[in-house]
Amino acid sequence: MFILVAGFAATDIWRFLGVYLGGKLSEDSDLLVLVRTMATALVAAVIGNLIVFPGGALGHTSLALRIAAAALGFVAYLVWGKRMVVGIAAAEFLLLAGLHLNF
Amino acid sequence: MSTWTSDATVPRSTWFLRGVRAAFSLPGLILISSFIGFAALAKGAGVTATQAAFMTGTVWALPSMVVLVGAIASGAALPAAMFAVTLSAIRLMPMVMALVPEMRTGKTRQRVLYLLAHFVAVTSWVLAMERLKRVPPHMRTTYYAGLGGTLVTTNIIVVTVVYAVADALPSAVSAALLMLTPMYFLTSLWGSARERVGHVAMVLGLVLGPVFHIVLPQIDLLVAGLIGGTSAYGWHLWRRKARAA
Repeated sequence: MFILVAGFAATDIWRFLGVYLGGKLSEDSDLLVLVRTMATALVAAVIGNLIVFPGGALGHTSLALRIAAAALGFVAYLVWGKRMVVGIAAAEFLLLAGLHLNF
Repeated sequence: MSTWTSDATVPRSTWFLRGVRAAFSLPGLILISSFIGFAALAKGAGVTATQAAFMTGTVWALPSMVVLVGAIASGAALPAAMFAVTLSAIRLMPMVMALVPEMRTGKTRQRVLYLLAHFVAVTSWVLAMERLKRVPPHMRTTYYAGLGGTLVTTNIIVVTVVYAVADALPSAVSAALLMLTPMYFLTSLWGSARERVGHVAMVLGLVLGPVFHIVLPQIDLLVAGLIGGTSAYGWHLWRRKARAA
């Protein structure tokens, strides 16, 4: 029930509004820019928390290793033409290498 | 595309199957890997396999699902959880708004579009915006139904399977799985930002999230989103003014 209200209803309302408004509202309108920046910052906050305060097995690794793996993975993503696979694989490789070397 | 005329005679079921096949492309496989990460995350937070599978089918947007799991884990109240999830899902609206004109023809029923809109999330959207151009207009809803339906179904299965095997994994593998979700978000969010201001908002959110997690743990994401987003927007306005002057 919690999932239905807080999850399903909270996400699909935007999808339905999107169909309804499709073509009526300009993509570049100022209001949409603000809405997009807030949504982007919120999701980025989720990413930050997942790296700085992770749960489970990742929580037992060191903070420095997680940040270094994520940051270098991101740099690899940027350098190799914004290919997601490169970024993800590089971060995973660094994390596993670091764990193996007991960082 | 040059193959258009011959494709016009291809039956509807073939277009559906072509949509299904598009789900097993590189972005589709990356999505599967991040759902593996999500399942590991949800299990660690004490969410049951049924709840996680149900969430995958109904919510179908990874960032919102991660926010929801975080809310459940921290024992947030329903209104706070709903507000945070609502905010995290706003970006779906402009995505749907951009996709609908691609699929709509004179004969498309509105009901079909509302139904298909549920499949919209980053991966299916990126794939659709890239490939729908090569699908004859009256077959596009069918193609997208095949693509979106397959992505949802596959990942519900993935989540269920990971729950079954997660306990047997060595801790280094579990740690690596948990790292998949943030890296997937980090790269896809950066890539999908349309303007510079999106990147500014992202960097602010990355820093403010952990800061407010310490200062205001109950509403950290909301505050980080509101403050980070508004500041980035302010920067956007200031820069526009500076340019005009």
